[in-house]
Amino acid sequence: MTTNAPALELRRVNKWFGAVHANKDISLSVGRGTIHGIIGENGAGKSTLMSIVYGFYQADEGEIFVNGNPCHIDNPQASIKAGIGMVHQHFMLVDTFTVLENIILGVEGGNRLAGGIRKAREELQRLEREYTLEVDVDALVGDLPVGIRQRVEILKALYRGAEILILDEPTGVLTPQEADHLFRILNTLRDQGKTVILITHKLREIMAITDTVSVMRRGEMVAHVPTRDTDREKLAELMVGRSVLLRVEKEEAKPGAELMTIEDLNFIDADGVSRLKNIGITLKAGEILGIAGVSGNGQSELLEVLGGVIPPTSGSIKYKGEELVGSSKFNARNLRKIGLGHVPEDRHKAGLILSFSANENTALGYHDLPMFNKGTTLDRAQMLSTCEAYIEKFDVRPPDATLKASGFSGGNQQKLVLAREMEQDPDVLLVGQPTRGVDIGAIEFIHKQLIHMRDQGKAILVVSVEIDEVMSLADRIAVMFDGKIVGELAAKDATEQKLGLMMAGISDQEQAAPIPDNEALV
Amino acid sequence: MSETKSKFGAPSKVPAWVNLGLIPLINLLAAFLISGIVILIVGDNPLKALEVLIYGAFGYPEAIGYTLYYTTNFIFTGLAVAIAFHCGLFNIGAEGQAFIGGLGVGIAALYFDFLPMWAVIPLAVMSGAIFGAGWAYVPAYLQAKRGSHIVITTIMFNFIAFSVMNYLLVEVMINPDAGGSPETREFAEHIWLAHAPDFTGMADSPLNFSFIFALLLSGAFYYFLWHTRWGYEIRVVGQNETAAKYAGISPSKNIILAMVISGGLAGFVAVNELLGVHHRVLMDFTGGYGFVGIAVALMGRNHPVGIFMAALLFGAIYQGGTELSFEMTSINKEMVIVIQGLIILFSGALENMFRPKIENLFKKRQSLSQTEA
Amino acid sequence: MEIFELTILMLDATFRVATPLILAALAGMYSERAGIVDIGLEGKMLGAAFAAAAVATVTGSAWLGLLAGIAASLALSSLHAYACVTHKGNQVVSGMAINIVVAGLTPTLGFAWFKLGGRTPALTGDERFSGITLPFADALSNVPIFGYIYAELISGHNIIVYMAAAAVPIFAYILYRTRFGLRVRAVGENPHAVDTAGISVEIMRYKALAVTGFLCGIAGSYLSTAHGAGFIRDMTAGKGYLALAALIFGKWKPVPTMFACLLFAFTDAVQVRLQGVDLPIIGVIPVQFIQALPYILTVLLLAGFVGKANPPKAIGEPYIKEK
Repeated sequence: MTTNAPALELRRVNKWFGAVHANKDISLSVGRGTIHGIIGENGAGKSTLMSIVYGFYQADEGEIFVNGNPCHIDNPQASIKAGIGMVHQHFMLVDTFTVLENIILGVEGGNRLAGGIRKAREELQRLEREYTLEVDVDALVGDLPVGIRQRVEILKALYRGAEILILDEPTGVLTPQEADHLFRILNTLRDQGKTVILITHKLREIMAITDTVSVMRRGEMVAHVPTRDTDREKLAELMVGRSVLLRVEKEEAKPGAELMTIEDLNFIDADGVSRLKNIGITLKAGEILGIAGVSGNGQSELLEVLGGVIPPTSGSIKYKGEELVGSSKFNARNLRKIGLGHVPEDRHKAGLILSFSANENTALGYHDLPMFNKGTTLDRAQMLSTCEAYIEKFDVRPPDATLKASGFSGGNQQKLVLAREMEQDPDVLLVGQPTRGVDIGAIEFIHKQLIHMRDQGKAILVVSVEIDEVMSLADRIAVMFDGKIVGELAAKDATEQKLGLMMAGISDQEQAAPIPDNEALV
Repeated sequence: MSETKSKFGAPSKVPAWVNLGLIPLINLLAAFLISGIVILIVGDNPLKALEVLIYGAFGYPEAIGYTLYYTTNFIFTGLAVAIAFHCGLFNIGAEGQAFIGGLGVGIAALYFDFLPMWAVIPLAVMSGAIFGAGWAYVPAYLQAKRGSHIVITTIMFNFIAFSVMNYLLVEVMINPDAGGSPETREFAEHIWLAHAPDFTGMADSPLNFSFIFALLLSGAFYYFLWHTRWGYEIRVVGQNETAAKYAGISPSKNIILAMVISGGLAGFVAVNELLGVHHRVLMDFTGGYGFVGIAVALMGRNHPVGIFMAALLFGAIYQGGTELSFEMTSINKEMVIVIQGLIILFSGALENMFRPKIENLFKKRQSLSQTEA
Repeated sequence: MEIFELTILMLDATFRVATPLILAALAGMYSERAGIVDIGLEGKMLGAAFAAAAVATVTGSAWLGLLAGIAASLALSSLHAYACVTHKGNQVVSGMAINIVVAGLTPTLGFAWFKLGGRTPALTGDERFSGITLPFADALSNVPIFGYIYAELISGHNIIVYMAAAAVPIFAYILYRTRFGLRVRAVGENPHAVDTAGISVEIMRYKALAVTGFLCGIAGSYLSTAHGAGFIRDMTAGKGYLALAALIFGKWKPVPTMFACLLFAFTDAVQVRLQGVDLPIIGVIPVQFIQALPYILTVLLLAGFVGKANPPKAIGEPYIKEK
């Protein structure tokens, strides 16, 4: 073992999924005791690459070296043995187990659990002290907030003796403040000599924490640079392959009549948890209202309630002056009929039937409109021609209305959903995560379409977890935290920092007031 | 049903004949191969058995009549299971629904036989469907409104149906002249369904008008599922409940609708069996048709044409298998059940065993021919 | 005193009926806690019952019969694992197929081998497990109440009844207090977590199903070589499904599941006693009603009218890596 060898080195790694070349000739070198960022768009091949390092997939070609020694990693066990730990984007925890049980899973230390648990408890106390990772080890994981669950994942890796820690999009579920706390933990880890690999598509994180950064684009590694020698614009250009407008060009909004007025809206879910608390917002013609917030703070429920998917517990929703709550019109189908379109947050789960053809999807939610029916019979020819028209207008590729929805890429699927909801000419459009998992070209297209619709005098509600997207699309921004609207401000007054604090539940006014205890922020 | 998840969105471009013809055929061959081994083990000649089976199923008009009579039952239960599958539901309860359907048929036929034929037969058919549907309604309601897993509840309802019918036939509806066997009196003769006409040579077989009815229903099934908005809704719910909710399609309403139709279709087994053949209500007339319906739906890929083919196959095995136990010394009628089970195993549970290999074979050939062109 | 004796008699019958239910329900618990639906308990028991009776009658040894029963059941559970784990087949269909194949295969083989219309020859002597008189049972039988209970209720059962009684704490311990049990439970709740911890989901599920096969094998052998004396076609008569119902009724936990089995077995004992008896006020209770009672209770439980059952989270879903 040579001490100067990089902690992790990849040489010419290739991976195919069927015909898709997910990783092309990737070489990478990560120095020991550094934080190394890997940045790239969704679908650039970052997660695939790290799954190969973690032994979840096997590379078709290429070599992996850990501390200069060639390593054959063909399953997670081998990776763990080589000192690699991974914190997955979706936590790999058993909700019905305690933290302790989760941590010892796979390294129980003997046939009987009792001994292993005792040993683990002592070891964890040491790790928690060393890395400031406080967790109640006897709590059920299912009861813990996400930020803490992430710590459990980190502890799990450290308990297994990880020297190299890979984190895959770790901040997706965190507030900016929680993310900062995570970054402090990562810094501590580096100071203790651990190597950290951070996979993300967020430029902010790369700039904030990493020592070196590698950029991936369409399965290829396009650059390795020390972070201090680069900046956000350069990285963004590398990611996309051309210079991009991080801002959407648009005219000043000309807000018109209030089309939708929401007052005192409350929703309590089946478990008795209050998801929406006294929400009050208005949607005006010719204006985009953006809702920012860390995911899981009630945005999804707000969209579902407004879209008529679930009934609110109490409150008022007025559409063009007419009260919808309690009315027979208040369900997803009838709302569409009176001019309220809804692009769901998750196109796979809620927006499309993947096993149906594109043209059958065109009628989803509109299947009982007269245009799609002749008496009792579905007018399948009409569905086909409508879909073909959408495909042409929204430049969907491949232009085949008979192809199954699963056969289109993410961006084209999103275009199919948008076309369906926009082309029925609604007056109000609800859009959840308009560009999640969509390539840059399609993002521009989708943003332009939304602005265009706004300029035609429609009211649009955009919910997005990407601060950048909300800031560039919206005319007004409301921030949600813990089911409440923390505050609302004009887009031109919004800064990332302001929004970040609001996303942590600290309103604009509170930000202005002196803060007695600084710890409250972190 | 496991949906094919292709992460990178590549649609499977295997020719339809491979998907609908070759793969089922290979699964079937595997099932027959193992059945042949079983026949070898019990000391008989599998090829001879196959010959007897085919002759017994199709060799002479009466045999064909019997085959089509069994086919009729399998079409009913196959369609019943299939419509539930289309709604994402696994209806193991077709057996019990058919049994209770028999109660509906029986009540109409026994207590309304003062009506003329044109009134009482439709009444009995409707009543069979309604009772079958009613028996499916409870598990459907519990699934839709209370989330009770329908696989388990329909299994439980099969047992409960058996107890209910056992009680009614032993204690209430029993014909005292039947020598204590739990069955009702014979239906009035004008309620008996017409059998195949003489010129077909199948007049002595139990084949009756229900067969035509089953074919008509298959057509209606196709129209309903793929060409009406109600069928569209059922399929949407079956593929993606969340998307259904977002589209304003009520999963619970459609779960109940699909199951009620399913139970009604299963209830028609009683029309074939009771109005067509036995002319009385008796125990166990369902004979496992409800369970085999699962295999029929699976093999037929939940499409009426496929279901007809699969039903014909199982009809032939039923009929030919009966012949088998007469002709062959060491084979008894349970051999049919073995073959059925093996077909379910290979075309259902092990459907992914051969499929990927065959699909790859064709994908490779395709990409080769594409590069050449 | 008569009521006391009657109660003891009914409890005695309850134990005998509950034995295969408890073993099969514990078997189902390992499968389902590992995330595999098993409606094939019925088929595994039936297969084991046949194998045990066939081998016992040929070799003259009930113990060899038991081994054969376990082997047959293990083979069937491996088939289930092969279909559901290796090939990610539909678990309900697989269980169903196994039930049907075995229902056909056992009488077919029985018919061919023993020429008794699908039965096996009646087992006598060492070919079956007979009752064991526990120490001091005779001496204590005259001691009122406790001695009587010991002699009449506790003593005198065959070895498999005691095995079933021991199996509950043993297999509960394994599930909750050992590495194997932890992994079984984890794989049924979140297989991705297990996979990323470097444990093979497939191997874990195979192992869990092996336990299922083992326990079902004992349960089936009990039917033909201990409770009965030989194999009769369809002799499980729905006991596998009843065990499944008990497992659900016991919310997938060992001790409540055992009580559910005892409850269901007790209704069976009651039903035999109540046949045709005219009770005051209630009148004659139809036997069919009591027979259906376990199923009705299970449906009521599933409907949430008696408590709430939370099945293992990953149950029924084949594990697919990329997610």
